[in-house]
Amino acid sequence: METIISIKPLLAVLVSLFVIPVLVSSSSKPNVRESWIFIAGIIKLILVLSMLPVILEGKQIALTLFEFAPGAAIAFRVDGLGMLFAIVASSLYIVTSIYSIGYMRGLDEHGQTRFVSFFALAISATIGAAFSANLLTLYLFYEILSLATYPLVAHHQDETSRISGRRYLTFILGTSIALVLPAMIYCYHVTGTLEFSTAGIFADQLSKPAATVLLLMFVFGFAKAGIMPFHSWLPAAMVAPTPVSALLHAVAVVKVGVFSIVRVMTGIFGVDLLANFNLGVVVMTIASFTILVASCIALSQDELKRRLAYSTISQLSYIIFGVALLSPQGLLGGVIHIVMHAFGKITLFFCAGAIYVATGKKYISQMSGLGKKMPFTFAAFFIGAMGVIGLPPAGGFYSKWNLILGTLEAQQTIFMVVLLVSSFLNAFYFLPIVYKGFFGKSEEEEDGGPVKIQEANLCLVIPLMITAVISIVLFFYPTVFVNLIKTGLGI
Amino acid sequence: MDNTPALIVIAPLLAALLAGLAVWIEERLSYLIALTGLAISTFSAVKVLMQVIDSGTIQYRMAGWAPPMGIEYRIDLLNAMVLLLVASIAFLNLLASYKSVDQETNDRPGSFYTIYLLFVTGLLGVTATGDLFNLYVLIEITSLTSYAMVALGDRDRGPLASLNYVFIGVIGASFYLLGVGYLYLKTGSLNMVDVANILSGIHGSSTVLVAFILCMIGIWIKMALFPMHVWLPNAYTYSPVAFARIVAPLMTKVMVYVMIRLMITVFGFDYVFETLNLADAVVWLATIAVLAGGVMALSQKNLKKMLTYIIVCEIGYMVGGAWMGNQLGMTGAILHILNDALMTFALFLAVGNMVYRLKKVDLPDLQGLFGKMPWTMAGFVLAAFSIIGVPPTCGFFSKWYLILGAFEAGAYHFAAALIISSLICAVLFFKVFEICFFDPMSEGHGHGDSHSHVTIEEAPVSMLIVSGLVSLSLIVAGLYSGTIVNTIILPFLK
Repeated sequence: METIISIKPLLAVLVSLFVIPVLVSSSSKPNVRESWIFIAGIIKLILVLSMLPVILEGKQIALTLFEFAPGAAIAFRVDGLGMLFAIVASSLYIVTSIYSIGYMRGLDEHGQTRFVSFFALAISATIGAAFSANLLTLYLFYEILSLATYPLVAHHQDETSRISGRRYLTFILGTSIALVLPAMIYCYHVTGTLEFSTAGIFADQLSKPAATVLLLMFVFGFAKAGIMPFHSWLPAAMVAPTPVSALLHAVAVVKVGVFSIVRVMTGIFGVDLLANFNLGVVVMTIASFTILVASCIALSQDELKRRLAYSTISQLSYIIFGVALLSPQGLLGGVIHIVMHAFGKITLFFCAGAIYVATGKKYISQMSGLGKKMPFTFAAFFIGAMGVIGLPPAGGFYSKWNLILGTLEAQQTIFMVVLLVSSFLNAFYFLPIVYKGFFGKSEEEEDGGPVKIQEANLCLVIPLMITAVISIVLFFYPTVFVNLIKTGLGI
Repeated sequence: MDNTPALIVIAPLLAALLAGLAVWIEERLSYLIALTGLAISTFSAVKVLMQVIDSGTIQYRMAGWAPPMGIEYRIDLLNAMVLLLVASIAFLNLLASYKSVDQETNDRPGSFYTIYLLFVTGLLGVTATGDLFNLYVLIEITSLTSYAMVALGDRDRGPLASLNYVFIGVIGASFYLLGVGYLYLKTGSLNMVDVANILSGIHGSSTVLVAFILCMIGIWIKMALFPMHVWLPNAYTYSPVAFARIVAPLMTKVMVYVMIRLMITVFGFDYVFETLNLADAVVWLATIAVLAGGVMALSQKNLKKMLTYIIVCEIGYMVGGAWMGNQLGMTGAILHILNDALMTFALFLAVGNMVYRLKKVDLPDLQGLFGKMPWTMAGFVLAAFSIIGVPPTCGFFSKWYLILGAFEAGAYHFAAALIISSLICAVLFFKVFEICFFDPMSEGHGHGDSHSHVTIEEAPVSMLIVSGLVSLSLIVAGLYSGTIVNTIILPFLK
């Protein structure tokens, strides 16, 4: 495979990092500060997109920064998979930045400069993780991301956020140090390299029990992916301001977790080794458990953001499930769900935040009839929900379709049932919200008062319309992402 | 003959004498003299390191006397690195000390600088010398000055901590001296290389065994290896901050260097790992040290004291790595001498800044510190990440080698201890961060302006710059660990 040496991946990572001092120094002038965020975000997106044509041609872009031992370096390598993730993260970052202005100013939050600075750091780390050439670099950015998001989760600096922040770190940092770090060093000890390659790095140095233990250490260790029982940080992290929940805890952070697991399965173990040892089924079982249980818990949540969080936990496992199928269709369905779920779920979170800013309502039971007041928000919510459930014409349909085909291809019919049941559960926990929103009666109506349209401010509504529209567009034009996955995984 | 190697040690020694005399002329003059002395020393150390990297080991004969009669400075890659480390940390610490020493000595800093320079002279000498007895003398210079320094510290607790330190320190020194006595008895020589040559023929001798064990116990007491650590926490906690900042990163690390020097140069790898059957036991001891240090740190309520227990824990890292019996473990141990010195220095610099403003650093005193001292806290956070082992800070890379070495040696218990200690350190530091970040006084959501009226009360710029630089150096050292390992450590171990 042809490799081009270029500094672009590094620049794409560093842009948001370099803008932080500027953000801090312009903290007394919010408008100036915010324009810098956009400038940096747009430069980042342009840098990422400028690499797209090369990647689509099947080439890779590489850059080694520091090699500290043979086979263990801090290095970037952009391939289809990383490109896909980087496009999603950097494009949604811009949308979220618009949203976050509306949200943070709408609620007159404190510490906005700190907020945007750590947000920029987090997005830097996300892009770094996407472009990592090896497990060491991935781990590095994974850890930076954990630490950078802590002040965002604990943003309110009150007792609830202290407890949530603690849980957040315990799960995320704890598992990565206790499980991923030794597993990674063991991989290096056995093979002398950590470089991702589609063939895997183990020739035949691993016995089946050792491979199983290592794989489980990685799958549970990357707890950002929310595999049960290491999921409970995600609902706890919902105390953060909604832009954080939207971009980080529906897209960037959680998907770095999933992305890491995908990388380890496809790049460290390699699909063939996993298939030989029949380890796909093990991972699939774990993922299925999470899919079903998290969906059931979501049903019982009354706080909208918590319901979305449990939905995220369940949807993340779809991705791992798909990859664990180890068949081309399954891999495709799983990985493209990174994109589809991102746009669907971020829309849902944007809606939840818009509702909160406009009405102060957090609980689903209070939202009856709200759709008449906030028609645009609820329409977007409906589209987002369709995307997550997997109904056409939203993008989510495409990934579910491929996942189901994947189960058939891999002859895992039982697991197909998991997908179908889960889709029903998804519908059960999302559609009533929309139905009651549009057709239920609000307090004002019961009092006999007129219903006026009372949307949140434009900075909140425009982003959620954009992501909703993209969710639908992705149903018709998923080609770019499909091609990226095909070149990235060689399927 | 090029005198640069001697200059590293002589410059601070002369400066110490001059600084003592200068007090009669002008109190502040002693600071300038100390600064000059250490600048010369640091500069010479850089030069010597370059020279050693280019053209190999330097043998410098004191006053021209040939070994084994005369005292020889033998500077190879390992001690060239440690020399530079000691000299530069001593120099940087002095830069940061100007105001805090005044504050702590009631504006009579002259005697402080004299003792400080003698202490540094001792450390540099210990590192440079190639003579076993000379090593003893210099260790004693270092120790005596530390006793004095600790006594200069906290009015109530300092003298007792110092006395305790004196008792245990003297015991340690006696063990080492006794060991050297046995060696002299058997070999008739005190020059390290000479002794090593003679020893290679008599590995089976029980006298040598006794000598080795005595030396090791002496050094372990001096480096505060658990359970011989009891003197350390109080001594470091109650000494003046400007001294704690240098003794914490350097003293124990130099002793680890001495241990490695004895193991590799004097007794030899073959003797330590093949003739003797001690390695497993020592690695277990190190494992326990790592865990015990971490657990004891957890129960501390004073930030400075908490950090001293982390030193006890880190000592376990290095001892374990050195006794792993393979190249990876030894690489990790040596790299960790450098990294741990830097990160402990960074931590104590940050603590020094806090003490300068807050006077005491019991954990509840730290509330709201992120707002009050943002730059200090930034440095502190970086150093803490390095101790936890978050890449790309340097702490991660030495841990990497140590764990890799443990895997290769099959010492999974040691690897597990390292992982657990990382977790413990994460808990420890996030406990501190939480206190600094959250403000229990404010109720509710904290919207609007309720938080914006924090006045920034930072430490003096001189302290901030040093603390910032050292904290950044943790990342630089981390990113260039490959270079350090390839140009210094691996060639040394070959």
